[in-house]
Amino acid sequence: MHEIRYSAPRSLDDAVALLAADDARVLAGGTDLLIQLRAGTCPSRHLIDVKRIAELATLDVDASGALRIGAAVPCWRLADDARVRRSFPGLAEATALIGSTQIQSRATIAGNLCNGSPAADTTPALAALDAVGVVVGPAGRREVPVASFVTAPGKTVLGRGELLVELRVPAPSAHSADAYQRFIPRNEMDIAVVGVAASITRDGARCSAARIALGAVGPTVLLAEDAARALVGGTLDDAAIARAAAAAMAAARPITDMRAPADYRREITGVLTRRVVAEAARRALQGA
Amino acid sequence: MAKTHVTLTLNGESTELLCEPRQTLLEVLRDELDLTGTKEGCATGDCGACSVLLDGRVVCACLVLGVEAEGRTLTTVEGLADGDQLHPLQRAFLEHAALQCGICTPGFLIAAKALLERNPDPSEHEVRYELAGNLCRCTGYDKIVHAVLAAAAEMRGTVARGRGTASRGN
Repeated sequence: MHEIRYSAPRSLDDAVALLAADDARVLAGGTDLLIQLRAGTCPSRHLIDVKRIAELATLDVDASGALRIGAAVPCWRLADDARVRRSFPGLAEATALIGSTQIQSRATIAGNLCNGSPAADTTPALAALDAVGVVVGPAGRREVPVASFVTAPGKTVLGRGELLVELRVPAPSAHSADAYQRFIPRNEMDIAVVGVAASITRDGARCSAARIALGAVGPTVLLAEDAARALVGGTLDDAAIARAAAAAMAAARPITDMRAPADYRREITGVLTRRVVAEAARRALQGA
Repeated sequence: MAKTHVTLTLNGESTELLCEPRQTLLEVLRDELDLTGTKEGCATGDCGACSVLLDGRVVCACLVLGVEAEGRTLTTVEGLADGDQLHPLQRAFLEHAALQCGICTPGFLIAAKALLERNPDPSEHEVRYELAGNLCRCTGYDKIVHAVLAAAAEMRGTVARGRGTASRGN
């Protein structure tokens, strides 16, 4: 690894000042960044460790039920949190799928987003929940929807000197729930061939709102809006779910690579969309 | 490059060291502290050979910088035994022949310790799933899984379910 400087500021203001000063990179869990540094694919020479900033280590569900995930919160804290598992089961299951137990001890949900991998597991789950990222930088604070946070593989909306401070997930309504599933050829420790997240809100038998997000079938997470429209207003019957799956397949823009050919990814997109919509609908009925 | 002063609790003892910011915790353990029980396998977080406990959580030491350990509590495989008394997991690995070349063993011991502290009575499936971040290219895993289940049973004061002599045929 090339020589680096290391800073561990205690306040957000100090972190922003350090980030603005030179070509620095934020270090949270480090499970992607340290590999990139060692491989020589990250030229940064100054790492700003944000794990000592109390605000970024916060995981909180407020009185309304909205979730705040500080940018330094590691996966295990979210996946183990009873409130998160109850209110956002799909986000919890996406988080629990990342890497190994070792990786979950360090990797952060915010880092999973900022790394910008098309196959990130938590990004579709967050996008289906309409989560936003709170970004702080030299020009102040702004909010960016997770669905548009990543602009290309490995690229995000973050400008020079900016960092992601927290992720905010709106409170679920009484009869809504989410689900996330991915396909991998192994049982664990793998990268998604396809990942699909759904958030479903019910009004009795009727579907009153839906969001479906697709991972690993495009350069960034894709919101399958036509798939959601196929569900809203209907009764979440098999025919409606099949229409949503067909719309998700049409929305997918997969590539062929070492993990799967494009047409296979498109097929699996339909399968997983059916499964996660049915699961989220079942959970919403139970008031999961 | 100027070295950074780091203070941490290492295997129960307050420890001070100097390291470069670019050195991983794995490099610091092996090259600065001569604690070579922690092994380097892949150095990319995939194999788990460098597993250590950082504030009680199992992590890959190759994915942590030495300077990040400032003020933290660290346990390596050298900290498992109590003097001459091996940890129940270490004894179980010997009794069940759960190692061949041995490179993965320290990582498995550490990861298994973390698992049993969280879940003292895991199922075989849970052991296999929780230890999926540790790779072994010799044993085929079966003996490792059985050793962990046996150690868990011993630590609970019972005999492993469906394994070992006492429960066979019952």
